[in-house]
Amino acid sequence: MTARVGVVTFPGSLDDRDALRAVKLAGAEPVALWHRDTDLHQVDAVVLPGGFSYGDYLRAGAISRFSPVMETIIEQAKAGMPVLGICNGFQVLTESHLLPGAMLRNNHLHFVCKDQKLRVENNTTAWTSDYAQGQEIMIPLKNMDGRFTADRRTIDELEAEGRVVFRYLDGNPNGSIDDIAGITNAAGNVVGLMPHPEHAVEPLIGTGGTDGTGFFTSIIKRLVNA
Amino acid sequence: MARVVVDVMLKPEILDPQGQAVQRALPRLGFEGIADVRQGKRFELEVEGPVDEAALARIHQAAETFLANTVIEDFVVRVEEGQ
Repeated sequence: MTARVGVVTFPGSLDDRDALRAVKLAGAEPVALWHRDTDLHQVDAVVLPGGFSYGDYLRAGAISRFSPVMETIIEQAKAGMPVLGICNGFQVLTESHLLPGAMLRNNHLHFVCKDQKLRVENNTTAWTSDYAQGQEIMIPLKNMDGRFTADRRTIDELEAEGRVVFRYLDGNPNGSIDDIAGITNAAGNVVGLMPHPEHAVEPLIGTGGTDGTGFFTSIIKRLVNA
Repeated sequence: MARVVVDVMLKPEILDPQGQAVQRALPRLGFEGIADVRQGKRFELEVEGPVDEAALARIHQAAETFLANTVIEDFVVRVEEGQ
């Protein structure tokens, strides 16, 4: 069985092609999904890619959250379908309330574009099982609104339940609370993070490493063993 | 047509670096005595038909689900008089 992994293209998505390519390189069947689709074309999992969907005109991810494809994805994600939100995709997931908290402008007000070291804090999610617990990985980070925030009670809950999946190392690039780079829902099927694993899957581009491949091989193992 | 205004502001406990940047620029431009600046959004909605309780309830719902993200923002809905 080949896992079918969908990648949504919203108007303003930038990294959908890279995400499709990363899915393919990992050995799954990439399926392009359109923001107006209400049907998910029998995909087993979905990636919400980076970019500036609908121009991020209201808030990052706020308008995409109400697109036809998201209505179906929200319903399916609640039923257990794995969803990975990368950068703008993470913002869409918080706006959809599939993940708690919200994303704000970087605290220094500059766009960030750099290779970022992360620690994998939870390798039991659908998207991180191919990493070792505590593994340090290098993944490109590029965003304007990367400051993850939530009220203290939510943060304490995330920490207590091991739902902080990635943390920034060697300095916090955007002022996010507790150096949080990515989180998961309670079930572990929905994961969001600001850095871009799909840009770190081939030696020739991005960081020059392949530390991002694990996201896509993890999901294949999860789906094939399901 | 009646105008309804929705003001959206970051919650007080949320850091507002944009407001801070504006606040820091003020004294440089000779505007002294401003202790703090918070930057927000203002939506002006031109409403067709009467702005009755039902219409305001709909706008309140739009503000709560869409115009504001209540995880980080507060909002106020008010009818602009004198149109």
